[in-house]
Amino acid sequence: MDLHRHLDDDLNRLRDLVLLLGGEAENAIERAMYSLMERDSTLAREVLDHDDTIDRMEVEIDRQCIDIIALRQPAARDLRFVFSVAKMAPVLERIADHGCNIARAAINLNDEPELERNRELQQMATHAASMLHAALDAFTLVDASAAREIIKRDWEINELYNRVFRDLIGKMVTEPQTATRDARLLFVAKHLERVGDYVKDICELTVYMAEAAIIKHSN
Amino acid sequence: MSTPTISLTPNVRASERAQETSDSTGAVSKITVRDLNFFYGRVQALHGISLDIPERIVMAFIGPSGCGKSTFLRTLNRMNDVIPGTRVEGEVLIDGQDVYAPGTDVVELRRNVGMVFQKSNPFPKSIFDNVAYGLRINRLTPSRSELEERVEQALRDAALWEEVKDRLKQSALSLSGGQQQRLCIARALAIRPSIVLMDEPASALDPIATSKIEELIVDLKQHYTIVIVTHNMQQAARVSDNTAFFLLGKLIEVNSTEKMFTAPNEKTTEDYITGRFG
Repeated sequence: MDLHRHLDDDLNRLRDLVLLLGGEAENAIERAMYSLMERDSTLAREVLDHDDTIDRMEVEIDRQCIDIIALRQPAARDLRFVFSVAKMAPVLERIADHGCNIARAAINLNDEPELERNRELQQMATHAASMLHAALDAFTLVDASAAREIIKRDWEINELYNRVFRDLIGKMVTEPQTATRDARLLFVAKHLERVGDYVKDICELTVYMAEAAIIKHSN
Repeated sequence: MSTPTISLTPNVRASERAQETSDSTGAVSKITVRDLNFFYGRVQALHGISLDIPERIVMAFIGPSGCGKSTFLRTLNRMNDVIPGTRVEGEVLIDGQDVYAPGTDVVELRRNVGMVFQKSNPFPKSIFDNVAYGLRINRLTPSRSELEERVEQALRDAALWEEVKDRLKQSALSLSGGQQQRLCIARALAIRPSIVLMDEPASALDPIATSKIEELIVDLKQHYTIVIVTHNMQQAARVSDNTAFFLLGKLIEVNSTEKMFTAPNEKTTEDYITGRFG
């Protein structure tokens, strides 16, 4: 009899759930940014409406982690996997929350006259989404070296954020009539910058899962 | 059976080596095993085992049935000597003295290295007499009052005193399975060994009795070096500081228990710990 089959089934189910949640987080960011750039408030509302589903997925992952720990008592790589997933699920949920915040900003901005398109903000969004996608791939493949490479890319988002910040502050000074709208864009930029930080967290958990090495706060 | 009562002669070479041997924390080994091979007739049961066990820790031996962990445990106080046709090669140093050196007093060795077995084995005597037995035959207590003190202390150390203090004259066989096992631990502790070997001491007990034994093991390491064989990996994780994994008579990995159960070095260990073995 294959004694570990039940544990494997549980772990595979858990991995699938995390990837589904990760996909939802990716979607939330991409759709929210699309709704902002293309002034599509209907899509932005869909992002907000979908947030409950994402919250429920996080709770389901919590529940399954607790069940596996209580009933299967995982050890070694299995324990590291369950622990990483338990810490990763709220990170993914928060990424989706940032998507919701961007969607709210889009709904507000879409009701006002259109601003000149901010290319660097778009770049930030593309970069954040690509990092998140790569981070989820590294998690799926338990690829610590890929995760480490993604962590190194976080400075690019930070750099873009600093440029967007400088540009928007400068614009608020020279064009005070659009300051409220620019301030909203500044918040959007901050949300994207935070997504970069969360992707870093996911990658650090992947490194822990793969190598049992704790690299967070190690600079 | 008469046993020669020659005092332990320090094996100087082995003693020096033991002094040089320390674990990663710098603690000197209480038990040092070097290149140990063990044979049941022509069958080799242990292959080149080398291992250090620091003083006053709990060391757990884990591994599948027949991997040699109990055989190895019994080499530490020469309990295998009583099995005909067995042979040992290599060194087992306790406090720097090779227990297989010629002239070793095996009775003295077993006094220093006590043992608790899977199935509790109290004598059909009173609770008091069970604990006093080792003290009496070894003539370790000059007076009745001292004997009573030592029995009480051993029962307290085994976390059994409060449960039996009012019925010390009752038969040990009237105790529950868990109490009988703690009585056997008290019997082992009464003669004040420095090492206690435990061969699956809780495998026949219910969860509450098991929990008491586990708490006791953790308490005992303040004063004793404990070596425990267990099939229950959660038990090894709960009670031990270091864990050694055996497979097919070989020591595959020895590590801190924390490391062993979160990130073992060897893939074979990981496969066993995660239940993906075989």
